[in-house]
Amino acid sequence: MEVKEFTAASFYRFLDRKKLMGSKCKKCGALFLPPRPFCGQCLENEMEWFQFSGRGKLISYSVVRVGTTMYEEKGYGRDTPYCWGLVQLDEGPRISALLLGADLSRPDSITIGQSLEAIFPDKREEEGERNPVTFRLE
Amino acid sequence: MVRRAKKLTRGVAVIGAGMSHFGAFKEKDSRDLFVEAFQAVLGTVQKGIDPREIEAIYVGNLSSDCFEGQAHVAPIMAEWVGLNPRPATRTEDACASSGVALREGIIAVASGLYDIVLVGGVESMNKLTTARVTDILAAAADAIYEVSVGATFPSLYAQIATVHMDKYGTTEEQLMKVAIKNHDNGALNPKAHFTSSIRDLMNSRIARAKQKGQPIPSWTDEMEFLKDPSANPIVAWPIKLFDCSPITDGAACAILVAEDIARNFTDEPIHVIGTGQASDAQALHGRKDITSLTASKLAAEQAYEMAGVTPKDIQLAEVHDCFTIAEVVATEDLGFFKPGEGSRAAEEGKTARDGEKPINTSGGLKSKGHPVGATGVGQLVEVWEQMSGHAGQRQVARVNLALAHNVGASGSTVVVHIFERR
Ligand SMILES: [Zn+2]
Repeated sequence: MEVKEFTAASFYRFLDRKKLMGSKCKKCGALFLPPRPFCGQCLENEMEWFQFSGRGKLISYSVVRVGTTMYEEKGYGRDTPYCWGLVQLDEGPRISALLLGADLSRPDSITIGQSLEAIFPDKREEEGERNPVTFRLE
Repeated sequence: MVRRAKKLTRGVAVIGAGMSHFGAFKEKDSRDLFVEAFQAVLGTVQKGIDPREIEAIYVGNLSSDCFEGQAHVAPIMAEWVGLNPRPATRTEDACASSGVALREGIIAVASGLYDIVLVGGVESMNKLTTARVTDILAAAADAIYEVSVGATFPSLYAQIATVHMDKYGTTEEQLMKVAIKNHDNGALNPKAHFTSSIRDLMNSRIARAKQKGQPIPSWTDEMEFLKDPSANPIVAWPIKLFDCSPITDGAACAILVAEDIARNFTDEPIHVIGTGQASDAQALHGRKDITSLTASKLAAEQAYEMAGVTPKDIQLAEVHDCFTIAEVVATEDLGFFKPGEGSRAAEEGKTARDGEKPINTSGGLKSKGHPVGATGVGQLVEVWEQMSGHAGQRQVARVNLALAHNVGASGSTVVVHIFERR
């Protein structure tokens, strides 16, 4: 694999290849998701890529009925809500993700602590579009 | 490394604070709103001030760039109030922009560089559609990793709400009580965006339905009104329309001077005795716990330490209630109530005007309005009016110690100030 910089561009390119990649500090072992080049724990900048399992649990969520223009243009809206939330990976770090697989007409049917798994929908056609991090409730 | 206790190298006092009307003013631009706030502040200086004595100006503004196509707003504000060529500096820390302008003004006077500065904030948001405003505000979150998954501001605070509910049992009804309380306060504030209580709003909708011969809603009190999804629709579950602060246009200004000259301008200056500011991960996923805002706790700690007071001593606070859950969390982070007890305190009336800890007597961001860049100094306006006894029907008993708490975005910037009347 070619050497990639620890940037958002690299993160999303990995995501397109169905890999949830973060960075790991070679000095102190701290994990970062999304990846970053500089360790916020020990302030060193010797990182290596780290692949996350994609398994985690739900920390928080919201069912959105008034979205951003980007999401309204994807077809979401008052009667077609979407759900996003925070996921804590089994390895520790947290990430924001679009959440699929829940009954959005009953938001309180979703349980905090529920297990989730990363999924990798096919990349959209639009030039330059970054696919969102996406998880499915199990 | 030994940490030196932080203090201001010389005292700073507020000699006046005033604001424009807050509301939706499509015919007004930022500069018009700022002029209105400037005229208001001059009118609050007891012995008067020659504006030419002002030496520098600090203006908080989130995004006139996007809202109005106008970058570089600080010199324009200075120009429109006749203060060119004095140095004019803009501060931008999302919704904490003017709380930070206030702090920068304090630091400038404390340093000895200036004796008299104007601090203020301005935002004009209503010329755009709600969808565009949602996008621009969302840009104050993490654009790459939060906005990409659909984050909006209501849905960011909804994350905090779901965790708070799960961990502490906070209920949607308790959050509704916060909205009712703040609207009750805003109804008594002639400059507020919403000048009616939720009960009055409910009654006027019933009256309108009667007038138009439509089916008459069966609401008998505010809680029934707020529980009706046709009156209070979900924006980002569990956050509903009446949990959100409105999209507001407005400006606010205050004048700060070196303490030793304050009495040239007023016999009742308000002294700045504590200031604190902290930052945190921009994205919620970068924080270990989201039932509280760590930056709020740290900023408050700094301010309390500098002031030499405790949360118990604070007699009145304006806190950043961009959403009802934000007020609950703020009252916990500032140490007024134990973690998890903020919602019950609101429900029991402890944060009402006549409660043990009056919170957001102005109506808060919820009812007074939230012109984001003006909010921080707008909070100082309420503190000023309450401390100087000019809060009219909102006046609580004599206030000698008050606090203002201003949050940027979902808590990646927080600034806290403590003021004393001697
Ligand atoms: Zn490290």
